[in-house]
Amino acid sequence: MLDDFMIRASLGGIGVALAAAPLGCFIVWRRMAYFGEATAHAALLGIALSLTFEFSVFLGAILVALIMASLVTLYEGRSLFLDTLLGVAGHSAIAAGLVIVSFISGIRIDLMAYLIGDILAVSRLDLILIWAGAGIILSLIIWRWSPLLLVTLNEDLAAANGFNPKKESFILTVSLAIVVAVGIKVVGVLLIIAMLIIPAASARSVSTTPEAMGIVASLIGVSSAILGLNAAYIFDTPTGPSIVCVASTFFLISILIRAFFNSRNNF
Amino acid sequence: MTLITITDLSVRYGKNIALQNMNLSLSAGEIVTIVGPNGSGKTTLFKAIIGSAPLSSGKVKLKPNIKIGYVPQQLNIDATLPITVERFFKLTQKIEDKSYQKALEIMGSKDLLNSQMSTLSGGELQRVLLSRALIDEPDLLLLDEATRGLDQPGAAAFYRKIETIRNDTGCAILMISHDLHVVMSASDRVICLNGHICCQGAPDSVASSPEYKELFGSDVDGTFALYKHNHDHSHHSEKKPL
Repeated sequence: MLDDFMIRASLGGIGVALAAAPLGCFIVWRRMAYFGEATAHAALLGIALSLTFEFSVFLGAILVALIMASLVTLYEGRSLFLDTLLGVAGHSAIAAGLVIVSFISGIRIDLMAYLIGDILAVSRLDLILIWAGAGIILSLIIWRWSPLLLVTLNEDLAAANGFNPKKESFILTVSLAIVVAVGIKVVGVLLIIAMLIIPAASARSVSTTPEAMGIVASLIGVSSAILGLNAAYIFDTPTGPSIVCVASTFFLISILIRAFFNSRNNF
Repeated sequence: MTLITITDLSVRYGKNIALQNMNLSLSAGEIVTIVGPNGSGKTTLFKAIIGSAPLSSGKVKLKPNIKIGYVPQQLNIDATLPITVERFFKLTQKIEDKSYQKALEIMGSKDLLNSQMSTLSGGELQRVLLSRALIDEPDLLLLDEATRGLDQPGAAAFYRKIETIRNDTGCAILMISHDLHVVMSASDRVICLNGHICCQGAPDSVASSPEYKELFGSDVDGTFALYKHNHDHSHHSEKKPL
């Protein structure tokens, strides 16, 4: 069954969507979208290094993303110009990655596959990595769900309740690096942030509890992956961008739903 | 019974000294108000007590198994985070129904249970934060500028409530006040902080003088007091004198 490339692609897409959506809720709640983007960009540098020194792309991406995310977490709160710092670091990493790749003359490298994903080329090994990553992230986030929410609301309140805000935040940092790495094959480093924040943002208007938002975001993410993949197959469009376009459509619908209910409440 | 003993505490952030050689002890049932200019280490002192500030020297000794109810100034509730007041109360704590109902009753926050946190007004949020701190029946309440954003009658009502809580539960209360001179009259001690303790003492009751009464109005009768600073030293820094 796993020999069919469409089934492998679907399973890969679903795995990434499941890993990204609940984490994406925290990215949105904590206003870390820009942080997520910088981390994803940094992964391209990791990819370039792994291609140059010939080791696993997955490993290269996860290592550099983790280093980037940890450095930023370390500086968080100490620096008043975190936004600028993120912009400098993220874009420097992506530029350095592109320059490094240009030095590799021996092999022809399809960079687009890393930037926007190449889900139809997902192998069995990729599937194992994607689902292992999704399993780790989901377990971590479900396990630390309430403390993470408290830390999001107020770090000192969490500290007074006996939690270590730095440790809890580090869970998000690690999860982010894993999502970026497993998302490369599916949507690529440019669009992985979309799989994090668009399903979460779409889920907001129909959710009244944080748990509901996590679950709805996951459903939207999975639906986007399946519908986007099929749309790409039918219309012969690139898969990663097609998946994100479907997610964006969900977001538009959610805005309309909210507008509808708001106008009804006003009468 | 002593709840907190702080000895020779210093806290640094990089080159900045936030607190230097601070000594403080707090007993059960005491109400202590901390005043001081911005950047004088008030919040750092709270962070040191809850264990989230890096101590560069000194000791913070807490009563074993002390229960601390912390009331922060603000929450970072993004409008994208859907969470009701009830869920916020039950977020990480095991709740005993009796103390839960009591905490709701004291602060009158029962009618807010189904409200979304992000839609609360400043006063409502203040009530919710204090309720949450009370649920666990704390030995010590830490209030960080809890009356900021409240008008004078609102602050007076809040102070009365705090005093009632102390009288009912016997918990100690350590609060940061944003006003240097007007403090809660029930404070047993006022500590003026500026990196170190500048002076401390009991506040003068406002109620006794008719001029003050006129100044504060009769509806806040007796809840405010003036603190007269008694500094015996000057600071050789650019910090403005109080």
